[in-house]
Amino acid sequence: MAERSEALQGWRLPVLVVLGVLLLAGPPLLTSYWVGLLTQAVILAILAMSLDLLLGYTGLPSLGHAAIFGVAAYGVAVLSTRYQLGFWTCVAGGILAGTLLSALLGLIVSHVRDVYFLMITLALGMVLWGLSYRWIPMTGGDNGLSGIPSLEAHAGLPFSGPIAFYYVALFVFAVSGALMAVLVRSPFGLTLCGIRESEPRMRSLGYNTWLHCYLSYVLAGAFASVSGVVWAYYNSFVSPTYLDLTASSELFLMVTLGGPATLIGPVVGAGVIVLLKNVISAYTARWLLILGIVYIVAILAAPKGLWNLRRGRS
Amino acid sequence: MSGATGTNATEAQSSQRTLLQMFLCALGVSVALFVVAGAAISAQAKPPIKVGFLVPLSGANAQNGRDILNGFLLYLEEIGYRAGGREIQLIVEDDEAIPAVGLTKARKLIERDQVHLMAGTLLSSTGYALAPYIDSMKIPMVYPVVSADDLTQRRRSPWIVRTGYTGSQPNHPFGEYAYHTLKLRKVTTIALDYAFGWESVGGFERTFVAEGGTIDQRIWAPVSVHDFAPYLASISRDVDAVYALFLGRTALQFMRQYEEYGLHGRVPLIGAGPTTDEHVLPAMGDEAIGTITALHYSGALDTPANKKFAATYRARYKKVPSYYAESMYTGGKWLIAGIEAAGGNVEDRAAFVQTLRAVKPMDLPRGPVEFDDYGNPIENVYIRRVERVNGELQNTVIHTFPRVSQFWKYNPADYLKQPLYSR
Repeated sequence: MAERSEALQGWRLPVLVVLGVLLLAGPPLLTSYWVGLLTQAVILAILAMSLDLLLGYTGLPSLGHAAIFGVAAYGVAVLSTRYQLGFWTCVAGGILAGTLLSALLGLIVSHVRDVYFLMITLALGMVLWGLSYRWIPMTGGDNGLSGIPSLEAHAGLPFSGPIAFYYVALFVFAVSGALMAVLVRSPFGLTLCGIRESEPRMRSLGYNTWLHCYLSYVLAGAFASVSGVVWAYYNSFVSPTYLDLTASSELFLMVTLGGPATLIGPVVGAGVIVLLKNVISAYTARWLLILGIVYIVAILAAPKGLWNLRRGRS
Repeated sequence: MSGATGTNATEAQSSQRTLLQMFLCALGVSVALFVVAGAAISAQAKPPIKVGFLVPLSGANAQNGRDILNGFLLYLEEIGYRAGGREIQLIVEDDEAIPAVGLTKARKLIERDQVHLMAGTLLSSTGYALAPYIDSMKIPMVYPVVSADDLTQRRRSPWIVRTGYTGSQPNHPFGEYAYHTLKLRKVTTIALDYAFGWESVGGFERTFVAEGGTIDQRIWAPVSVHDFAPYLASISRDVDAVYALFLGRTALQFMRQYEEYGLHGRVPLIGAGPTTDEHVLPAMGDEAIGTITALHYSGALDTPANKKFAATYRARYKKVPSYYAESMYTGGKWLIAGIEAAGGNVEDRAAFVQTLRAVKPMDLPRGPVEFDDYGNPIENVYIRRVERVNGELQNTVIHTFPRVSQFWKYNPADYLKQPLYSR
């Protein structure tokens, strides 16, 4: 309880309330384009929070996290377009594909730390990208797979349209966010923070640090898969660009820009990046330049991320 | 004093009343005037036609995207941004050559900017990603470049009008030409490893092998290839020719390394059109001379329509038009011809798509074009050889296959029963 009140001190509580109200009540007042952007932000926020479990709480910088997300999206695409399976089978298949894969890869990556972790996740991410690009009979290669049925129709929901989809995504976001928030406040989550601060000390206290890192990787993969499944339904298609290094590094940027180890920070980061990219590029062809300047200023002014702004003393 | 005040008060009251009456009267008149004037204006000038345009303007494919945009701008300037009695308003978005970004930008153009029509994009992957969304929103869209075969074959869209070509289309006749005219018997192919590469090589191989030729090796280089050494070293020097498909940076580098490895002048180089397309040709040297390729356009095409187009393009942008530039000049001409034929009525979108498929714009730089029953252009295919003329490299046309369809000489129904070209 003490930690929570500290996390929300100063300007953070009012901002959080405004954001919450906006996310809940805003969409019916917005045009479908803005609802679409908010939907993207909410889905990517789940992904950014899942990376925060690894990067922020456990101190494991993964540069291959988008690959897990992409594999789950491909799971949905393959099951729904090639095998015409039902909604829940596709959802479960997508989440299972991503989670099992991270359980497998976790066995390899959880033995290393710091820059080695970065390198090995980068390499595995590239392998998965290559697979999506080259396993043409299954993935359609460079062309990707299109024609994923719309979520509303596939799930047999009585309503449809951008706003309905948004609220489904928001619901998934809220549930995943709540689960992750409980996770990081649990003894397990605190152990992860301990490992981030000093792994030898945690080991000498008797904690199985390897197992904690492994589970952290698998759980992050599971939430990334949830996000990937929703993303596949949102775009109705998948392509290798979901898995590539650009996607992974943009995700990394969302977490660092927003503020690692806060969970809310990555949500803010995801929202800021999605909105900036789309809003600025509508006004100028030099949007990449402006985006670059914004990132540099943000990192200089708030080196610990936007959500940790003016929290220097604590 | 008090009586005077009383009179003043009543006077003031009555003058207030008249003021009020006058005000109301004026209000009524002005409202009436507004209504009349508004009706007159709306009858006279319709709101502009909004055209949404998507191409990659950043990243590795930015140059191709820029050329496509230039072609469109050139034509819109020629007609003064007016067609069918309405102003044309162009809204350009950068799709970064990433399918998901292309889709987001298409959503922005259609849902936020409320465009009437769409045009553009470069990569097949973006083309495939957009198609279901375009169909669901029922927005007419012109694909000037996207050459993925299936968009006009096994996965046709009612709302997308392709004014370009299919990847295999120029390569079917080229395979026969290579066998009969160039007298090649054994060829090694090397191409970028994605759908455009597979479809180009697949089309060439189908007809070349059917005539009796053999393919010695089929080499696929990743799109991100930086060094051709391992591929070039593995090519047998006994083959009659090497067939190559590259574009942009990879085309430049391939040509240079082909010479460095002593293959230039020893093993003739042939290939798909983009390899020596004018978007890279000015940056190439003598190593490109003699390369024979096939495409539905050449910047050096000797027709009045192309000469005029090439001259104005060169005057405007200080460079030779590439096939990308021509594609959207023609695509733009097509779109505008459709708007003219529909009398500017683009709001009836279903009717407009039918009009767009029915119009036959004349004097296109690439030559005569008409649609087949599947919505793909039937157009000339030019066999071009790179030569140096007046100090500049150009794709000199050495043979023309008139009216080539995407199915070449095959029966469409039988053709479609076979699988799509893959690696």
